[in-house]
Amino acid sequence: MNPETSIILALLLPLIACLSIAVFDKRANIRELFTLACAGTLLCVVGSLASHVFAGARPEWSLPFEVVSGLGIAFQVEPLGMLFALVASSLWIVTTVYSIGYMRGHDEQHQTRFFACFAIAIFAAMGAAMAKNMLTLFFFYEILTFSTYPLVTHHGTETARRGGRTYLSILLFTSVSMLLLAIVWTWNVAGTLDFRPGGILSGKADDSLLGVLLALYVFGTGKAALMPFHRWLPAAMVAPTPVSALLHAVAVVKVGVFTVMKVAVYIFGTDLLTRSGISLWLMYMAGGTVLLGSLVALTKDNLKARLAYSTISQLSYIVLGAMLANSLGVLGGSMHIAMHAFGKITLFFCAGAIYVAAHKTEISDMQGIGRRMPVTLSAFFLGSLSVIGLPPFGGSWSKWYLALGAAEAHQYPLIAVLMISSLLNIAYLMPVVIRGFFFAPPDGPERPEIQEAPLMCVIPLSVTALSGVALFIYADTIWRWLEPVASGQPW
Amino acid sequence: MNDLLGLYNYWVVIGLMMIGFYVVLARGNLIKKVIGLNMFQISVFLLYITMGKVHDGTTPIKPATNFYTGDKFEVFTNPVPSVLMLTAIVVGIATTSLALALIVRIHEAYGTIEEDEILAADRESEC
Amino acid sequence: MLEHLPVLPILFPMLAAPLCVLIRQRRLVMGIAIAVCWVTFALTVRLLLLVMTDGTQTYEMGGWQVPWGIEYRVDMLSAFVLLFISGIGAIVLSYAPLSIEREIPRHQHYLFCTEYLLCLAGLMGIVITGDMFNLFVFLEISSLSAYALISLGNSRRALTAAFQYLVMGTIGATFILIGIGLMYMMTGTLNMTDMFDRLRQPVSAGGDTQIAINTRTIAVAFAFLSVGISLKMALFPLHMWLPNAYTFAPSAVTAFIAATATKVSVYVLLRFVFTIYGTEYAFDKLPFNTDLTILSLIGIVAASTAAIFQQNIKRMLAYSSIAQVGYMVLGISLASLDGLTGGIVHMFNHALIKGGLFLAMGCFAYRLGSLQLDDLRGIGKRMPLTMFAWVLGGLGLIGVPATAGFISKWYLINAALERGWWPVAVLVLLSSLLALIYVWRVVEVAYFETPNERHAAVQEAPLALLIPTGVLIGASIVFGIWTEWSAGVARQAAEILLQGTS
Repeated sequence: MNPETSIILALLLPLIACLSIAVFDKRANIRELFTLACAGTLLCVVGSLASHVFAGARPEWSLPFEVVSGLGIAFQVEPLGMLFALVASSLWIVTTVYSIGYMRGHDEQHQTRFFACFAIAIFAAMGAAMAKNMLTLFFFYEILTFSTYPLVTHHGTETARRGGRTYLSILLFTSVSMLLLAIVWTWNVAGTLDFRPGGILSGKADDSLLGVLLALYVFGTGKAALMPFHRWLPAAMVAPTPVSALLHAVAVVKVGVFTVMKVAVYIFGTDLLTRSGISLWLMYMAGGTVLLGSLVALTKDNLKARLAYSTISQLSYIVLGAMLANSLGVLGGSMHIAMHAFGKITLFFCAGAIYVAAHKTEISDMQGIGRRMPVTLSAFFLGSLSVIGLPPFGGSWSKWYLALGAAEAHQYPLIAVLMISSLLNIAYLMPVVIRGFFFAPPDGPERPEIQEAPLMCVIPLSVTALSGVALFIYADTIWRWLEPVASGQPW
Repeated sequence: MNDLLGLYNYWVVIGLMMIGFYVVLARGNLIKKVIGLNMFQISVFLLYITMGKVHDGTTPIKPATNFYTGDKFEVFTNPVPSVLMLTAIVVGIATTSLALALIVRIHEAYGTIEEDEILAADRESEC
Repeated sequence: MLEHLPVLPILFPMLAAPLCVLIRQRRLVMGIAIAVCWVTFALTVRLLLLVMTDGTQTYEMGGWQVPWGIEYRVDMLSAFVLLFISGIGAIVLSYAPLSIEREIPRHQHYLFCTEYLLCLAGLMGIVITGDMFNLFVFLEISSLSAYALISLGNSRRALTAAFQYLVMGTIGATFILIGIGLMYMMTGTLNMTDMFDRLRQPVSAGGDTQIAINTRTIAVAFAFLSVGISLKMALFPLHMWLPNAYTFAPSAVTAFIAATATKVSVYVLLRFVFTIYGTEYAFDKLPFNTDLTILSLIGIVAASTAAIFQQNIKRMLAYSSIAQVGYMVLGISLASLDGLTGGIVHMFNHALIKGGLFLAMGCFAYRLGSLQLDDLRGIGKRMPLTMFAWVLGGLGLIGVPATAGFISKWYLINAALERGWWPVAVLVLLSSLLALIYVWRVVEVAYFETPNERHAAVQEAPLALLIPTGVLIGASIVFGIWTEWSAGVARQAAEILLQGTS
């Protein structure tokens, strides 16, 4: 298939899905079938595109008119974006299957709105992954924010409303007052907003200005949940778990760190960052977030809240990699996009499964649940190992490369941060598993009807859990794919 | 001194303008506001008309001969400002009539044409 | 026919207006009025195409030679403004028949059409004319008919709102008249292009000779003109007439006037500052751009903040309009190509967004009767299409990418950063967040709350009202992505303005 057609199809398929979902509002099975069909087709299209891109091609397509100042909506696929697109499209199918199980198992309202907004969010993620210039990325970034708002506030309760308010206000505050400012400023200084290897800002302005610009970009990308702009993530946990799973473990947050990575590599350029040292303090901010996120996660009893803070912490690994700006750091950070996505989504799937099957949300309630839900909890165990970063799971590779990158940049305290955070990860993830398997269930009105979660929930979470192993084995392939990104060669 | 007295028309204009403006702002009765507005507009008419007067110029009608000496007049006053003000007067009349029509309707609706009473009535109906 | 094209957009509505009074038959009058508006729109499209290919069009009224006769002069800016004014006039009037059923007594409908056509003719005239006094006359024509239109609202407060607007508007117009008079006094001409030349020639004032533009008289004239125009376009702090006028007028009238009247006043400002006085005078000699920047920024922040606390949604949108005028004026005060493009394109974008929003409010008014925030509780479930259109319009006010509002904001921020005025850029961005607050207030109430018991049985608005709303809101989204005809034309217009008279 022609790569340009693949790009157009990759954008159109989620929109077609949204339309068909809206049309088949009343016929739930046909509606779900359409989503699955579109998701499956999307994966094939993205896969075919990937075969071109990882072989070295850089296909592009753009809308034939300008939007502002000579800039237009343009798409060009490069390895980093391709990886993100692959992750997002593969997890769309998995999450759709899971969502069907969850929504039906829970008899949720407004399922059409849910699936439709989901499709638009995937559309936004695809657009962001394939963006050629910062303007296009910003467009899809904002579309993502607004399309996920109905998902976050799905339940329509007062808590949902307040959660949605926090979500929207933090994300829009950061994107409007900082990210947009940074984008227009970059346009002013560099005369272009294209993503180019080696960046577009070298020699255009002095270092202090570029330092401010970088800070505006990194903090302006609220979706990367760098502290202090991280509160929206736990607030968004009011959403149903499939939303939390895909969007806040995969799509929304990954668009955020993806943006940071792209800015670091293609707007500033790794050479500029290492030479000027403007990313140094941001590196430490990211390191701080890693530690603080893990520490707060320790204190949370609500499983989803704990996972949310774990996500905040893990995202900063990727930001750390981007700010290290050497090839190992970039590589480790980019790989972590994929590794963390699969690992974290497993954990969220399990949390949702436990909620659907046993109606439990607090970890202290989950004693002995492993006896009743062995598959779910085993998957949780496997996912935790990936997040912690132990072999034979994919997460270990990305952490390894990040540590190597930190060593290469002589940032030894950061290596310590990585080590300590791994220990903290064990400390807040393992208790769930241990409680679930080894503690006795609390006595009292026992709910003997707790069974394993519905099949449509269990299958996806097992798939993603085992993917962690697959990612470990194929990490080499991913390394090879990402090499052009890290090395900064021209295309 | 010459400037001060020689430009007396402008002083009249300013005087009328300020009086009119003051009436619009300070008087609460709607009809008085309209009167003030009219005075304000009239001052502008005077500004234009008096600016048209050319030193030693006669009325801009042709042919013009001096009744006393029989010579032809050479210098005429500028007719354009007066003509412009004809239009402006018409506009002023339209404005005034619209304003008065509104006042009639306001009186029907509120029973009063005092601004403070109207505002009080509005505040009451809002609460 | 083509040589008379500059006059026709004024002629058609102006002749149709007394026809409406004579005919009186409600349906026939409506039909004629709507037809005339669409014909006018078609004429302005033709005119824009002509200007794009052939350049500035001039027309001498009655064949009298310039500068003694009145000249009609259509350049790129005029053609652009004409296009969207007549377009919105046509769309809103197509929306009006059903909307005014509920808001204006039947025996007054033909008067509504008459005033509407007169207002449209006046607005067309302001933009087309190249003569300053003619501008004043058309300004008064459009203003007087606007006062009458506003007084047609179904609350008695519409009358006081119209009266207040009348008093303030007349003062503003009279100030403009004074300014024109002083300029005539110094130069002896009323033609805009001729004025530009004559201002740069020497005059003898009080014994010594100066260049006309350096005299104190001209400076005073400039002051009177700018105050008068600021009053007409509701620039802070001369905006007090706007909230009441927009709130109490009938919905269709609010939509029409909100989308056109203030924009035309911004056009008048552009004409005076760029075509007649020239930028070196206004911006280098006088600190006009600093003044405008400060006033517009205060207006943006103050009005957006005021909008957050309003209970009546129309009033909230009115304060939002005052803030948006601030954006347009900010663009002008930045006086660079991007700034001017931003200001001009925002005239267009805001006309679409605000027009669409007020049409959506009209749909709500048609079904609900009252427009307090309380009445809109849970309306998202009962009138989903209307509310969705409102949300899209609200996103345009915030300036979300893919809406027209984003385009204007981009140019404004770019222009501010080009000058190095980054506090201005930051303030513009923060004001978007203020807009987010007042828009999202309504969105939350509409979607999260349980419906008000008084409005338990409302249905979706009728199609005749939804389609024009959808057209305007849809246009605001389309022109947020495809900007060749909005920002592209605005850019060309800005270039011509910055060059001076062509």
